[in-house]
Amino acid sequence: MRNVQTVAANTFREAVRDRVLYNLVFFALLMMGAAILVGQISIGIERDVIVSLGLTAISVIGIFIAIFLGVALVSREMDKRTLYALLAKPVKRWEFLLGKFFGLVMTLTVNTAAMAAGLYIALWSVNHALLKSDTYVLVAVYLILLKLALIVALALLFSCFTTPFLAILFTAGMYVAGLLAGDLRTVHGVELDPGTLRLMRGISYLLPNFENFNVMGAVVHGRGVSAAIAWQATLYAILYIAIVLMGAAVVFSRRNLK
Amino acid sequence: MNHRAIHGTILGAALLAGFVGVWKLQEKVDTERTTLQMENDELALRSPAVMKRLSLEYAPLMGAIYWTRAVQYFGGKHQAHEQNLDQLWPILDIATTLDPNLIVAYHFGATFLSDAPPRGAGEPDQAVMLLERGIKANPEHWRFYQDLGNVYYFDKKDYLKASQAFEAGGRLPGTPAFMKIMAAKIAAEGESLETSFALWMDLYQTATNKDVRKNAEDHLRLVKMEMELRALNQIADAYERKTKQRATRISDLAQAGLLSGQPLDPEGSPYVLGHLGRAEPNPKSPLREEWMKEKKR
Amino acid sequence: MTQGAIEIENLSKEYPYGFLNLKKKMSLEGLTMRVEDGEVFGFLGPNGAGKSTTIKLLMRLIFPSAGTARILGKSIDDVSMHGSIGYLPEQPYFYDYLTAHEMLDYFARFHGLTANDRSARVAVMLKKVGLDTAKKIQLRKYSKGMLQRVGLAQAILHDPQVVVLDEPMSGLDPLGRREVRDIILELKREGRTVLFSTHVLSDAEMLCDRVGVIVGGKLRGMGAPGELLDMKAQGMEILFELSGVPGNLPLLTKATRTGERYRAQLPETELYEALDALKAASARILLVTQIKPTLEEYFMHLVEADRAQASAVEVSGK
Ligand SMILES: Nc1ncnc2c1ncn2[C@@H]1O[C@H](COP(=O)(O)OP(=O)(O)OP(=O)(O)O)[C@@H](O)[C@H]1O
Ligand SMILES: [Mg+2]
Repeated sequence: MRNVQTVAANTFREAVRDRVLYNLVFFALLMMGAAILVGQISIGIERDVIVSLGLTAISVIGIFIAIFLGVALVSREMDKRTLYALLAKPVKRWEFLLGKFFGLVMTLTVNTAAMAAGLYIALWSVNHALLKSDTYVLVAVYLILLKLALIVALALLFSCFTTPFLAILFTAGMYVAGLLAGDLRTVHGVELDPGTLRLMRGISYLLPNFENFNVMGAVVHGRGVSAAIAWQATLYAILYIAIVLMGAAVVFSRRNLK
Repeated sequence: MNHRAIHGTILGAALLAGFVGVWKLQEKVDTERTTLQMENDELALRSPAVMKRLSLEYAPLMGAIYWTRAVQYFGGKHQAHEQNLDQLWPILDIATTLDPNLIVAYHFGATFLSDAPPRGAGEPDQAVMLLERGIKANPEHWRFYQDLGNVYYFDKKDYLKASQAFEAGGRLPGTPAFMKIMAAKIAAEGESLETSFALWMDLYQTATNKDVRKNAEDHLRLVKMEMELRALNQIADAYERKTKQRATRISDLAQAGLLSGQPLDPEGSPYVLGHLGRAEPNPKSPLREEWMKEKKR
Repeated sequence: MTQGAIEIENLSKEYPYGFLNLKKKMSLEGLTMRVEDGEVFGFLGPNGAGKSTTIKLLMRLIFPSAGTARILGKSIDDVSMHGSIGYLPEQPYFYDYLTAHEMLDYFARFHGLTANDRSARVAVMLKKVGLDTAKKIQLRKYSKGMLQRVGLAQAILHDPQVVVLDEPMSGLDPLGRREVRDIILELKREGRTVLFSTHVLSDAEMLCDRVGVIVGGKLRGMGAPGELLDMKAQGMEILFELSGVPGNLPLLTKATRTGERYRAQLPETELYEALDALKAASARILLVTQIKPTLEEYFMHLVEADRAQASAVEVSGK
């Protein structure tokens, strides 16, 4: 576990030195602009606009970082061969993989927390108060973070057996497919034979159901989110990430470096 | 080697267990999430114009996506026996703005925006608005005139406008004679069961969308029943003229030799004579409820 | 039989290539050898011979198609043994966002050293490879030779029992080469086992107890460097200065001239005769050396033999 920790800490340091956190400047400008603009034009829905814009930005920025950095985590080390000296140390390959995963999740956590803070500042600046319903925004942010962790795991898995370009494509594809997975279970207005329907149902359960982490619609309108939704999503993320990382470890531990 | 086989088995079992867990958990999540009440975000963005800008050159694709959402929305509401179709107009509005040539969307909208609940949204004015836009964007598509005529005829009960719509459509090249015939018939008689039957029949035979066809079929069944009830009433009137008293059961008519056997409605339930000896569907017939509703209108 | 530091048995590696990776290319074929405890072993071979392949197989960076290997008596599958081995990759490259000090400290963590031990070890290592003054600079600003030095430092950071160096001298200036040589000799004095690969014969000769020569994925010779290469001694070379008008010296017909200097090659048997003649002509003798085959020549010889064999196989196959 110490090895995992060491790799994770270094991964975080790498992200910081590569100026990944600079995206926060962009986010801050966006929120500032939105707060000013919203105060001037829309009447009555300032809060909704700020929350939906903020959550969307947190999600989109996070997804970009998760996919691109997630794929680069391992593939860049293989490409630049920085991995050679490291693997000759008493480090197991799965420890390295896990360390990389936690390192990026740590980076994303810091990044997301900072953005969430920015969102609250913007909220406060338009309302001059924080409402009770605003606490649910934190739940939404937490679920976004879970989603990002799952995306990182997928990116890691794909980068273990294919080129970075394809890994990015697969991860993004998996994300979109996972978002739509729920619809696959509840198709209406299409006539299909029962066999195909069963297959679609099966696939929809096996895909990572990213919709599980989406509570934006409720939170934007100030409605609550049940505790069950939060803990079920947590359990789901942990379980799915464990499966994906296990697969990644199996692939990676047999992989020939170039 | 053996060692590795054991490892592989353990790993396979773990992965399998993991996926089973994911599956079971997802079922729980699905039920829990129904409490979220996110139905209002069926449409995150309500402005078609903004949507179109945002879609860049992919507007037709986005239009198609919105169109499938319309079908899904309609199907979902139908399955849940919900009658509130208030999102149908905005979705179709966006779909046809993104892609003005989305014929099927206008057609679908004409049927289900105008038809009365529970079949449709009961908003014939929205249907007229949608169709007029469709005609403007696709002037050569004569079937929109037919749809427009249907909306005026069935739902707005405006027979002059209905006749004019069929007339206008009939002038377009390649239109079947049917359009002109309908224009003349409606102008002369207003609403009649025969005209309604002919209109629904044509829609039923030409519809490409399965929901639209199913709807036409249901209407045909009702119109057919109305025609049969009318015939039964005429027989009952003849009976009254002959015996000087009103028949109380269908069997009275048969015994008087005016009817051979017991007539059945399109769902197979025997017709009955009800209040004042007027023919009506059997209280047990699945069609009765709708028939009552039609009556009230 | 005593246990060797590195024991390699029938190790083979084939790489797939071509359309859909259907074809296979042997990069290493049935390598069997051992490196004794406390020995400095040189791995010689031309480009593409399979030196790095062997070393990467030992480090578990790639996996063999066949065969096994043991280091310090433990199977190479056992990662815990990496605690007592050090490895310098070929053309090493490290996290370029770290300074040399941070990088070494990072690697030291995997060996379970305490913070104090780490900083002490890292300081010693940086001094040893001559990077004391550059330790606060990010590795992205390092030159090739400087990277090579950091690489060496991380390989010996934890006092490993066995050190494996893939071309440790490449990219170094003459001073650097000497420093690396000194480090290897110091490791030897401390009783550690060193396996290193190189193209440069003189390095191998100077340092190695034994060398193995590998060409085309096959081990082609093994033994003390002298044994392997002396057998092809090609005579002597004399470098001398002759001022004034050269007399009737027979050696001059064989010599090449640069200004007043002459360089002549001759069989060893004629050496003393020639030296006497030069003395008589009052020439100033600057240098007398044995002409050794260059490694290239030795390789060429082996490669030629290989080709002959290959074509023989081809002919007999038809
Ligand atoms: N990833 C790879 N895929 C396919 N072939 C490879 C790969 N790596 C090495 N080879 C082949 O294996 C052979 C041996 O390569 P290796 O790197 O071991 O040579 P080397 O002896 O270290 O040479 P050099 O002195 O140039 O470093 C070469 O013919 C090379 O083409
Ligand atoms: Mg090499």
